Amino acid sequence: MRMSRLAVATTAVLAAALAAGCSSGGGSTGTASSAEPAAPGSAGPVNLTYWTWAPNMDKVVAVWNAKNPDIQVTISKQAGGDDAAAKFLTAAKAGNPPDLVQAEYQMLPSFVAADAVADIKAETAAIKGEFSPGIWGLVTLGTEGVYAVPQDSGPMMLYYRQDLFDKYGIEVPKTWDEYAEAARTVREKDPKVFLGTFSSKDPGSFAGLAQQAGAQWWSISGQSWKVAINDPATVKVADYWGNLVKEGVIDDQPYFTPEWNKALNDGTLLTWPSAVWGPGVLSSNAPKGKGKWAIAPLPQWSAGENHSGFWGGSSTAVSEKSPHRAAAVKFATWLNTDPEALGLLVREAAIYPAATKGGTLLGDTPEYFENQPDFWEQATRIAATARGFTFGPNVNVAYSAFKDAFDKAVQDKSSFSAALAAMQEATVADMRKAGFQLAR
Amino acid sequence: MATTAVRTAAHRAAPRGRRAYGIAPTAILLLGAVYCLLPVSWVLVAATKSKAELFSTTAFAPGTGLLSNLADLAAYRDGVFWLWLGNTFLYAGGGALLSTAVSTISGYALAKYDFRGRNLVFNMLIGGILVPAVVLAVPQYLLMSAVGLADTYWSVLLPQILHPYGIYLARIYATAAVPDALLEAGRIDGAGHWLLLRRVALPLMLPGMVTIFLFQFVAIWNNFLLPFIMLGDDQKFPLTVGLYTLLAAGANQPSLYNLIITGALVSIVPLVALFLTMQRYWRTDLAGGALK
Repeated sequence: MRMSRLAVATTAVLAAALAAGCSSGGGSTGTASSAEPAAPGSAGPVNLTYWTWAPNMDKVVAVWNAKNPDIQVTISKQAGGDDAAAKFLTAAKAGNPPDLVQAEYQMLPSFVAADAVADIKAETAAIKGEFSPGIWGLVTLGTEGVYAVPQDSGPMMLYYRQDLFDKYGIEVPKTWDEYAEAARTVREKDPKVFLGTFSSKDPGSFAGLAQQAGAQWWSISGQSWKVAINDPATVKVADYWGNLVKEGVIDDQPYFTPEWNKALNDGTLLTWPSAVWGPGVLSSNAPKGKGKWAIAPLPQWSAGENHSGFWGGSSTAVSEKSPHRAAAVKFATWLNTDPEALGLLVREAAIYPAATKGGTLLGDTPEYFENQPDFWEQATRIAATARGFTFGPNVNVAYSAFKDAFDKAVQDKSSFSAALAAMQEATVADMRKAGFQLAR
Repeated sequence: MATTAVRTAAHRAAPRGRRAYGIAPTAILLLGAVYCLLPVSWVLVAATKSKAELFSTTAFAPGTGLLSNLADLAAYRDGVFWLWLGNTFLYAGGGALLSTAVSTISGYALAKYDFRGRNLVFNMLIGGILVPAVVLAVPQYLLMSAVGLADTYWSVLLPQILHPYGIYLARIYATAAVPDALLEAGRIDGAGHWLLLRRVALPLMLPGMVTIFLFQFVAIWNNFLLPFIMLGDDQKFPLTVGLYTLLAAGANQPSLYNLIITGALVSIVPLVALFLTMQRYWRTDLAGGALK
């Protein structure tokens, strides 16, 4: 008797749960069945969900929604970075990913490897010309397919404290040798001040500097991958910073920490090799430096060269499982190539658009850089010199190996090229374990 | 003479010794209090700092920006913070209530009814205490996805209802607080199971229930991983996950430290209020446990 009562209770709970499940499941399949691309006159609008972390994206999307009653987009703002990628991959595996997702360029290959994003080559054939070949390469991954529409990019440049450079009598360094010399000079003039810092927590920044030096960490030939994280160009970059850290003329605290913010604010840190999105970070984290920072091209490895790399940048990808692929691509295309949308992205989301014509929409100099009225002209000129490389399918593994190995190297003041070798080894081992074919 | 001297010395020494013995725990507890309260007081102070002050003034110097921080927080994305706060109340309040109900009934049944498999059930629950909730989050997500409940309010509520530790507590409490003789007397008077539970057991177990409720409420209020994995729609986020979107705003966006700190401060206010109002039950409970 007791048992049967228990059974009744359990059944009731289960039934309630199932009913709730069915009703919500029914709701979503209901919208799914009205999926067929928003042909005029079809039953009801298409509803797309879009995971992004760019600020104010809801305002940009509101403009689209007002104009396109047939394709309504709902923004769901997520935490950005590596967590976002892991969460998207989990959702895709479980079968309920969003229709559209913001994908950082370095994460896109892992999405492709997991079959989480759709190949949208046919739908995007018309907009290929809107982007520079270098940026387009980041969404084709050097293959025949197209896996996303580029949204923003992060060409790197040197941010420096103009006023304090004058105070200490330093010229803006043209080469990395000059940069090292300037670092020593600063230490002599004021032992509390550093010219720069090496961050062992920001593999993206290091990858950008390696790109500048001409590195190619991953490449595909035929069916097999080649991993060359410790190629001569990257070794050169690693040892350069390693020696400066060992010598003690460069600080070793990571970026984006409260201590780092403080150093930017009180003028004890004079430069930051960063990307074009730097003004947002500086104005928010170092409000006291307003009107004192300026930009210049990154120092070069040999005088007369003119190269830069990319740090960050993302694209808009469409889920493989999305039942509304055509509508989703239509929205992604509008968002990243339509002049009105690009203008909104620049103004509201504070991004540097990847589309070539985005350069003309940048408008006013950022308020923080009022001392440098030609900020955007400079930035656009530098952006044209940036070169990237193909990212591999396990950037997350490589990046966390970077953090582990370089953290330790910074702490022990040991060899950075040895840390780089450890990063290469961890990356290769992981790819082999995951079953990728590797070229010798 | 000598003996009295000794005796008085001993008399004098005894209270002194007891006093010295009494200072040590107090000192340790004070240290513990400072250790726990220092970060909280930092949050309190840091929330008053404006953007410019946050990273430039010394840690415990009060700032001038509390009101503007609160205004910014309220205005952020059209007040989404209040929605998150409401969601958190729903998850923590609803989850803790349901969990308390389930724990109390199961704990009472396990303590007062002798049925086959009782120890097996209880041991399995004890085993459940040893499995950290973190480990279960991803499998739970896959299960919820399979029944179509992922990204719903239920996906966060359901996994937190069954709480092995709560059941364990309820069983222990019921064993101690509900005398068998009382139940026996009720049965002789013709009371059924339901009436016994409602009129005899529940009133006696109330302090224990409050303890379980508070435990679960705080645990759900602070839970990050489960809602982070379960929820995709930012309109359903609780505070923990919502504030995290301000912190991890992507590599190329600055973290909104001011709003995060102010948000963290506002989010602990309800917890503090809850503890202050529930404190008397809590105290009864501890005292009750000590007497039995």
